[in-house]
Amino acid sequence: MIAYITRRILYAIPILIGVNLLTFALFFVVNKPDDMARVHLGVKHVTPQAIEKWKAERGYDKPLVFNNSASGAAQFTDTIFFRKSVLLFVFDFGRSDDGRDIGLDIRERMWPSLAIALPALFIGLLANITFALLMAFFRATYIDVWGVVLCVVLMSISGLFYIIGGQYLISKLLHIVPISGYDSGVQSFKFILLPVIIGVVSGIGSGSRWYRTIFLEEIGKDYVRTARAKGLSELRVLFYHVLKNAMIPILTGVVVVLPLLFMGSLIMESFFGIPGLGSYTIDAINAQDFAIVRAMVFLGSVLYIAGLILTDISYTLVDPRVRLG
Amino acid sequence: MHFLPVVLPTDALIFLLLVTVVGFALYVRGKEHLRAPWREVKRSRMAAAALVVLLTYVLIGLLDSLHFRLPLPDNGAAKAEKEYSVEVLSLLDVIATPLRVRVEKTYSAPFAAHLYTREADERADGTEVRVFPRLKHGGRHLQDPDNERAADILAASARAVAISVLIWVGVCAALTAALAWRERISFKAMARRILRGETETPWRITLATLLVILTFAVWAALLSLKYHILGTDKVGQDVFYQALKSIRTGLVIGTLTTLVMLPFAVLLGIMAGYFRGVADDIIQYVYTTLSSIPGVLLIAAAILSLQVYITNHPEQFDTLAERADLRLLFLCIILGITGWAGLCRLLRGEALKLREMEYIQAAQAFGVGHFKIIWRHILPNVMHIVLISVVLDFSGLVLAEAVLSYVGVGVDPSTLSWGNMINGARMEMARDPMVWWSLCAAFMFMFTLVLAANLFSDVVRDAFDPRLRKQ
Amino acid sequence: MMMKRAVLSLMMLLCYALAGCDGRPWNNPYAAQDDRSNILYSSFDQRPKHLDPAQSYVENEFALIAQIYEPPLQYDYLKRPYTLIPLAARTVPQAVYLDKMAKPLPENAAIGDIAYSVYDITLQPGIRYQPHPAFARNADGSPRYLQLTPHELDAVTHLQDFTEHGTRELVAQDYVYQIKRLAHPKLESPIFGLMSEYIVGLKEYAETLRKAQAAEGRDAFLDLTQFPLEGATVLDRYTYRIKVRGKYPQLVYWLAMPFFAPVAQEVDRFYAQPGMAEKNISLDWYPVGTGPYMLTLNNPNRQMVLERNPNYHGETYPAAGMPGDREAGLLDDAGRPLPFIDKAVYSLEKESIPYWNKFLQGYYDVSGISSDSFDQAVRITTQGDAGVSEAMQEKGIRLLTSVGADISYIGFNMLDPVVGGLSERARKLRQAISIAVDQEEFISIFLNGRGIPAQGPIPPGIFGYVEGEAGINPYVYEWVDGRAQRKSIETARRMLAEAGYPDGRDANTGKPLLLHFDTALSGPDDKAYLDWLRKQFQKLDLQLDVRNTDFNRFQDKMLKGNAQVWQWGWNADYPDPENFMFLLYGPNAKVGKNGENAANYDNPEFNKLFEQMKNMDAGPQRQSIINQMLAIAQRDAPWVWGRHRKKFGLFHAWYKNAKPNEMANNELKYIRIDPALRNRMRAEWNVPVLWPLFALFAVLVISAVPAVISYVRRERRVAK
Repeated sequence: MIAYITRRILYAIPILIGVNLLTFALFFVVNKPDDMARVHLGVKHVTPQAIEKWKAERGYDKPLVFNNSASGAAQFTDTIFFRKSVLLFVFDFGRSDDGRDIGLDIRERMWPSLAIALPALFIGLLANITFALLMAFFRATYIDVWGVVLCVVLMSISGLFYIIGGQYLISKLLHIVPISGYDSGVQSFKFILLPVIIGVVSGIGSGSRWYRTIFLEEIGKDYVRTARAKGLSELRVLFYHVLKNAMIPILTGVVVVLPLLFMGSLIMESFFGIPGLGSYTIDAINAQDFAIVRAMVFLGSVLYIAGLILTDISYTLVDPRVRLG
Repeated sequence: MHFLPVVLPTDALIFLLLVTVVGFALYVRGKEHLRAPWREVKRSRMAAAALVVLLTYVLIGLLDSLHFRLPLPDNGAAKAEKEYSVEVLSLLDVIATPLRVRVEKTYSAPFAAHLYTREADERADGTEVRVFPRLKHGGRHLQDPDNERAADILAASARAVAISVLIWVGVCAALTAALAWRERISFKAMARRILRGETETPWRITLATLLVILTFAVWAALLSLKYHILGTDKVGQDVFYQALKSIRTGLVIGTLTTLVMLPFAVLLGIMAGYFRGVADDIIQYVYTTLSSIPGVLLIAAAILSLQVYITNHPEQFDTLAERADLRLLFLCIILGITGWAGLCRLLRGEALKLREMEYIQAAQAFGVGHFKIIWRHILPNVMHIVLISVVLDFSGLVLAEAVLSYVGVGVDPSTLSWGNMINGARMEMARDPMVWWSLCAAFMFMFTLVLAANLFSDVVRDAFDPRLRKQ
Repeated sequence: MMMKRAVLSLMMLLCYALAGCDGRPWNNPYAAQDDRSNILYSSFDQRPKHLDPAQSYVENEFALIAQIYEPPLQYDYLKRPYTLIPLAARTVPQAVYLDKMAKPLPENAAIGDIAYSVYDITLQPGIRYQPHPAFARNADGSPRYLQLTPHELDAVTHLQDFTEHGTRELVAQDYVYQIKRLAHPKLESPIFGLMSEYIVGLKEYAETLRKAQAAEGRDAFLDLTQFPLEGATVLDRYTYRIKVRGKYPQLVYWLAMPFFAPVAQEVDRFYAQPGMAEKNISLDWYPVGTGPYMLTLNNPNRQMVLERNPNYHGETYPAAGMPGDREAGLLDDAGRPLPFIDKAVYSLEKESIPYWNKFLQGYYDVSGISSDSFDQAVRITTQGDAGVSEAMQEKGIRLLTSVGADISYIGFNMLDPVVGGLSERARKLRQAISIAVDQEEFISIFLNGRGIPAQGPIPPGIFGYVEGEAGINPYVYEWVDGRAQRKSIETARRMLAEAGYPDGRDANTGKPLLLHFDTALSGPDDKAYLDWLRKQFQKLDLQLDVRNTDFNRFQDKMLKGNAQVWQWGWNADYPDPENFMFLLYGPNAKVGKNGENAANYDNPEFNKLFEQMKNMDAGPQRQSIINQMLAIAQRDAPWVWGRHRKKFGLFHAWYKNAKPNEMANNELKYIRIDPALRNRMRAEWNVPVLWPLFALFAVLVISAVPAVISYVRRERRVAK
């Protein structure tokens, strides 16, 4: 098992190198550090000296990949590529273009993101399974038909409308929760309530429709027929046998997204003023803070790959037939 | 009238897509095993209704894809060459000219005869009142809007229903006659079969959907000449017109994204599965790498670089429309790059399966070239996967456009799109009384399209997915 | 059973967390214990980049540090026109003029004779810094935290982790230290370029520091007290001297800005210790001043909190104001000790909808008005006066307006072969466009009346602005019935024809005239603006091509002179016409000189008058020169004189002593809050509405009924 995990992790390294090269090309070859400097120095009294200064402070004044003026290993290490891209591998994110330590910010901001993403995921899972079971139980009746139609309708509404509408209705008209903001500890409850609900509702359409398909597939299998023939009640068949077996694809589907929860939800967070990693990313895009965007791209890739590895592992755990190939 | 045709890159690709789809349809006609699932789609009532809606959207989108520049009016000076306006118009723009040019000062509500905001007005005696001024165009024909408007709208609606029913009856009659002729039965018998829903193709529901759409179209056409049926925006432009124009953007994103990535996904996917070995490793590596970068960030970075390119090469883009169009195309490409991995993976799997088939093994044994095998035997047999993924991805991409434009890395701000409309509407939501119609218009148009696409793709998937076919 | 208990306890938690079960509004975003406190609630939409007084140059940063740092001077809170009064200084310093031989000259000396001006600034004694670890001392009197070992630093993540604090008296040395910091190569102060022109020796000083830094190593701490600067010297404990070249009366305005605030040397040394910057502990994040407030929480991801400085030296509310101030209640607190508020909480609020709605719900005490929330808030009369709408009046919300010391304009590149140059043809073209771009319409559509059309570069409230008929731009406006009226579009078309472009076509070639508009605008609102702008040019049959670029490319284009037409704006640094006229001064051009004259306008006559005007004291003579300059600029029309923004602020009834001030930023100490009133209003406005939730629940239950029925039926069938 450990050998398998090690091998999977080793597979991830070339992929991360690829990601790294790609982001380096996007951020340094296409956009010159001069341009970044000018964005950040603001409007008034920008001099070429100030631009040089800005670049020097952030280490953007070095050559891109090869330093002629240095000697030995420094020819490769004293370059933008090494400093800004290679060091990401040891999670040294460096400083943002406005001078803050990115690693510190990320560590601080991932908690609010998780505070919303985790409950939304699990409550959503619960709700989706419930609805899907209902539809599967009443399959081929009007409840199932209309349930599916309702799912498709819910799926066809853009997430933006859930957010805008939810905030307008619940916060502005009904005065039930604060419009936006965040607080730590127990106080955070009133702030995360609405984003979590919206997160659940906006995912319920596609989620429960998908789970319904999984359940129906499972119901069509022979062992269910056998169980029913033995005289087990429909409820028992559904809740005990079908649910248990259907949990394998459902849970592995959840495991994939688990690490990515850290990244937060871009729009939800900026709309509700949640200081998480999603709004961090959006702000960085808007402010053209390339250092942060670069760090987030890398972090996102790492988490994505971690998700894939976790999925593989969980497959082997829940389904002994899968070989540790 | 003289005009200068303008073919934007996306226009060209749209028509290329159209040709491809028609060509594929003709190809499928001849192949029984490929036809079977489509026949199932054709039988579905849900698919028929959804298809009518989709085709309406496509029609509007195509009208909006025929671009040209109109000549400037002659000013008498004798010259050899004709001068053309820098403004690029589409056929839809010309058809909807009344909507396009009848611009109010600022916000007005749907069917309003007055502006939405009060303005100070000085009376003759010097005192001042705050009034809602009359609109320049909307409801201009009414003397006393407050009392006459309801009756006027009702009368116009009745007229619209009457006209559309007339057209519809004509269409129904023509269709029934044509079908009766084909089936070699009497007109009456055919009409009865359609009415009872006994035809193989669900004509009854098709015609019913057509009636609904026709009624709405005629109604909107009649009333939008008199009113702004979905109100006007901040600078007084008709929201209905904007929503119509957004259709093309939505369709382009939804379809071209898949089209531009197809060559890569298909070629690489099949190659990976067919050749295996090193080719497989490299291709798998490439798509895993690309798909592991968070999509939004990749798109943001790429769009930022595109802007840099456009600024550095202004001479390559004559008009605003071309620039906006390039950005749209680029967005499609980037979305394609972030999305091709899924399709590639599917095709690889399918090719892996196919290459073990006996007839391909046989072809290999006879020494048929690899690329010939791919072209002759594998490609036709994976085309349905490609088509399904076009259909399945469509609605997701339309929704993604809205989110990306909202984040600020979507289509050009000067391109009319639902995402841009929603983005603009978020400011309007803060007003009180709220300006809700832009948001509503974008919502309705987008929702109808996505819903139709989702329903249609459901049927398509069920038809092609053998596991669920007999459920 | 377990399930039931879990649900029950969850409900209890819900109830507890939401309401505290005591009738407090559920949507109150703040902690319950703060309800009755004397706290001001406001917001920020961007995290400030710099809080270091040598670097900060943006309004949202000034809004914070102006409460913390005390420069020698400040603007009187109530008096208009803006008047400088002492803050940390005893008096407003008077310049002493010196000739080349450093001999004093009489006050009315000719400008040519004045080689140097000298300002002696004497501080009030007894002013002390806020408590801060940099001042903390050990029992033996040695500094506690200035020699930190890496081990000691390991335990520290925030500034709050330094538990011991100290203070010290403010001395003249601290002011001189900050002036020296303006030249520090590591800081790159935005005003260094400007100040090095005036402050004697500052330019060379920067060079000295650069060399010293290079010698000591990149990250070494430079003790600026070891490097003397001729232009800024300490005379005694409480007095320091600034020496500038020539006559520069604008210096006193700079003395009211945070650039000239004091920075204690030990504070600088404290933050410069290795390892501090890595923890985001720097002067840029944790300012240290003598002002009424100190920054106690700086979490730019969420909240920033200013709290009352316990060591504040005290100041009293001004006793005299302008006519009308007494009636407005602005003198109710006259003579009372400042500040009134204990704490100010600034929350991050990026989106405008939450921001505006929270203001309406009473959770922000003050709001600027975004254009889109306008109609509800404000009514405007034809005279341009604004008042609050009835709905707002009922809530007790008040509106205050002021004209900004700014201008936004559409510039023409004077180096461009088509629109530029001083030829009659190009001039006519520019004038025609100036008429066509209807600023009144812009203000009414996009600003909802929050602006006034500009007649020239100088906004109202600044010396040199002329009211009424005499002040209008005769090339664009006519004086009709006692008000300025824009000339007709026919006039503009005629001028265009005279310029050689009848109906927007070049008379010689017949080609339509295509102009390029460069912009970095790309938001949703900007699209409407660009459409509108295109329409304005179309009135003259001119084709406008809008080229979108991102902001740094735009800057680059401006620097190279590749732009043709664009939109730009200027915010005054100080209330003096020089700060506007220099935007048109030839030697200050953008191209080649990287100045602020973006249009690259260079009219020798104008330049000469500017040199005369810039250092004059206010008076009729200066006014007449300014009038001549305005006439030249209006004729040449290098800009479409755009508009000056009118600023509207909305204040809740519990927010007292509000008076808009375009120049000063240190208004927080004058503000008083009535928390009891605020609490009552919040509770009244935010009663939770629950019936829709119950209704939704009922609908869900009802829709489940058929399902249950069919289930029961099926079970029976199976049972049979």
